[in-house]
Amino acid sequence: MLPSLPIAMHIPDGFLSGGVATILWLLAILAVANALRVANAELDESRVPLLGVLAAFIFAVQMLNFPVAGGTSGHLLGATLAAVLLGPWIACLVMAVVLTTQCFAFADGGVSALGANIVNMGVLGALLAGFLMKALLPLLPKSREAFLGVVAITSWLAVMTGAAATSLQLAISGTVPLGTVLAPMLGVHGLIGVGEAVITVAAVSAVLASRPDLIALGRFPAATPVTAGAAPAGSTP
Amino acid sequence: MRLSTRLFVMLALAVSVGLATAVSPYASSSPDGLERVAQDQAFVDDGRLHALQKEAPVSDYAFPGIDNPRVATGVAGFAGTLFVFGFGYGLAYVLRRRGSRGADADAGTAAA
Repeated sequence: MLPSLPIAMHIPDGFLSGGVATILWLLAILAVANALRVANAELDESRVPLLGVLAAFIFAVQMLNFPVAGGTSGHLLGATLAAVLLGPWIACLVMAVVLTTQCFAFADGGVSALGANIVNMGVLGALLAGFLMKALLPLLPKSREAFLGVVAITSWLAVMTGAAATSLQLAISGTVPLGTVLAPMLGVHGLIGVGEAVITVAAVSAVLASRPDLIALGRFPAATPVTAGAAPAGSTP
Repeated sequence: MRLSTRLFVMLALAVSVGLATAVSPYASSSPDGLERVAQDQAFVDDGRLHALQKEAPVSDYAFPGIDNPRVATGVAGFAGTLFVFGFGYGLAYVLRRRGSRGADADAGTAAA
């Protein structure tokens, strides 16, 4: 019937009831409004290009569906990566940029379901990552391995949280009973979450190797005054 | 190896555009997690396109007017990645914190 309807892990219109979709739109608006406030207060000028390139990277890698078991695929969500690099609230903004573009320019993910997609793939993962990284890192040795281990676990949990939230919303909408949908959703996303962890750890490792100061959630020389000393060549227009 | 912010961003953007253009045409086309569950649990046919999306410029990640599906996907990835970069950059530029402690002279001095 709808052979080319793209459902690239994004909820299309028709899966959620009007009430559920509206509540999630409101939650997404609240989250993005707070993200705008945080960005306005805290986003340093030197990080402006980073926000752009991180959104571009997440959009690009979301196109790279990788196969998981049984003729099923998955792709990166990216909320954990964004939260590790820019902090949880600005990560919500990055994810909203990506998901809104996908919705309106690429017809990927529904319009009435856009709030749900922003919450499930962006806000929940970003806030979970922000919370877990802050809670777990002080308990662990200050090593690269421990840091990347926390990044991996957080990435996996962010995908599982999004899958669980989606299942719950589908159930409340009356689309499918929770008992029917939760186990298969968590099963397949348990595998997709491994891909999320691998990609996120690889990307964070690359940043650690080249610009560790760009990592917002970590105990690296945080936010060095790039404007003051470390901008020698070619950075002034 | 420590890169300047500008070089870091340019490299990261090049990697992103490269992946979206050259690798995305070869990505798995199997149904993804949600789609698979929706098929298995028989609610996939509930999905529909919103009226606003019928005229979406790059529906289904295939750039219009290109017959070869791999090329159409690659061009869609190229254009989309650059668009998202500009969108994110522009939004961040508008939102950025003003009047930072540094000596970057901006408008604000007139008020003082």
